[in-house]
Amino acid sequence: MQFQFANQGLAWSDAYFLAQGLLNTVRLAAAATLVGTLAGIVLGWLRTVSVTVRIATAPFIDILRSVPMIIQLILANSLLSILGFGASPFWFGTVALGAWMSAVTAEVVRAGLLSVPAQYRRSARSLGMNGYQELLYISMPLAFRTALAPWIGLVLSLIKDSALAGVVGYIEYMRSTQILITRTHETWLLLMGAGLFYFLICYPVSRYSRHLERKVRV
Amino acid sequence: MNGYQFYWSIVWDSLPLLLAGAWVTIQITILAFIVGTLIAMPMAVARQQGEGWAYRFSTWWVELSRNTPAVFQLYLFYFGLGAFHINIPSYAAVLISVSFNNAGYMTEIFRGGLNAIPRQQLSASRSLGMTSPQSFIHVIFPQMFKVIFLAYVTQGIWGMLNTSLGMLVGLQELSGATQYAQSASFRTFEFFLATALIYYLIAKGLQFSSHLAFRLIYRS
Repeated sequence: MQFQFANQGLAWSDAYFLAQGLLNTVRLAAAATLVGTLAGIVLGWLRTVSVTVRIATAPFIDILRSVPMIIQLILANSLLSILGFGASPFWFGTVALGAWMSAVTAEVVRAGLLSVPAQYRRSARSLGMNGYQELLYISMPLAFRTALAPWIGLVLSLIKDSALAGVVGYIEYMRSTQILITRTHETWLLLMGAGLFYFLICYPVSRYSRHLERKVRV
Repeated sequence: MNGYQFYWSIVWDSLPLLLAGAWVTIQITILAFIVGTLIAMPMAVARQQGEGWAYRFSTWWVELSRNTPAVFQLYLFYFGLGAFHINIPSYAAVLISVSFNNAGYMTEIFRGGLNAIPRQQLSASRSLGMTSPQSFIHVIFPQMFKVIFLAYVTQGIWGMLNTSLGMLVGLQELSGATQYAQSASFRTFEFFLATALIYYLIAKGLQFSSHLAFRLIYRS
C-alpha cells in the first residue's frame, strides 16, 4: 500500500489557494463595511433625533462593544443555524462584522451630527429649508468632515477583525495561511506574508486618516 | 425555530469551569495592562523626541501593532517562535501578544496626552533639580494620565477582548474554557451566550473599578 506523508512543501498551487483567501478577506470586509456603514448611518441619525431610539438601542451598542468579536462570530453562526438559515460562512461573517460595524458607526455618526453647531441648523431652517433639506445640505456634509477620519479607523479595525472569521469556517487570508502552515511547516514565510498583507492595506490608510484628521482640525 | 430545544441546565452545570476561565481572562487582562503601560511610557517619550534609535524602534512597534490583526500577532509569538523551537506555553503567548498590542496603542494614547501638557512643566521641574526620569515620573506622567484616562481604560478593555484569542492556541481562558465545555454537548449557542454575558460583566466591572480608582487617585 502506498503511503504519502501529509507534510509536503509549498507548491505553486498554494499561491492560488492564498490568492483565494486574499480575495475572500476583501469580499468579507467590503460586504461588512457596506452593510454596517449604511445601517450605522441610519441608526446614528435616529439616535440623534429620537430619545426613545437612543434609550432602546443603547444596550445593543454597549453589548456589541463589550463582547469579543470571536464570540460574536460564533453566536451569529449558531443563532442563524438554529433559526434555520442554511447560509454560507460568508454570511455569518458579514452579519457578525456588519452588526459590530453598525454599532460603532452609529456612535461616530452621532458624534458628527452633534458637532454641527445649532446656529447653522437654525439659520438653515430660517432660510426656508425643511428638516430633510437641512439634514441633507447642511448637517450631513459638516458631519461627514468630522466623522470621516474616525470612520476610516473603524474600517481598519473591521479588516483586522475579519481575520477571525476563520473560526466559523470562512477561509479568509489568515485562515488559509494557517492551513498552509499546518501542512508545510513553512511558518515564518507564510506568517510574514500574512503580516505584510494586512500591513500593506492598513498602514497607508491609517497614515492618510491621520493626515485627514490634522487637516480637519486646522 | 425548527423545533430547537434550548437546554440551559447543562451550561449551569459547567459554570465552575467557565468561572475558572474567566479568572484566567482577568489575570491576563490585568497583567497585560500593567506590562503594556510600563512599556508604553518610555516609548511615548521616545516618540515625542522625533529622532534617534529609540524613536525609530517605538515607531516600528507602534505601526506593527496597530496595522496587523491581533490574531496575527498571537500566531507570531506562538507558532512563529515555535518554529525556532522556542516553545512557550499558550498562557505566555497570549500574555506577550496582548501586552505587545496594548503597548503599541497605549504609546499613541500617551503621546497624545503628553502633547496636551505645557512644555514649560518639564523645564520647570528640571530647573528644580529633578533628573529627567524624576520629572517624568513625578510631574509629567501624573498629569498625563488625568488627560487620557478614558482612552486608556478603553484600551484596557480592548486588551480584555483580545485575550479571547487564547481559544485559538488552546488556552483555557473564558473563550477556550467555553469551547472545551461545549464540545461535550455541542450546545454552542447556549454556552457562548452565557460566555458573552460573562464578558459583558467583566467589561463593566473593569470600567466601574477603573473609574473608582480614578476618583480615589485624583480626588479633589
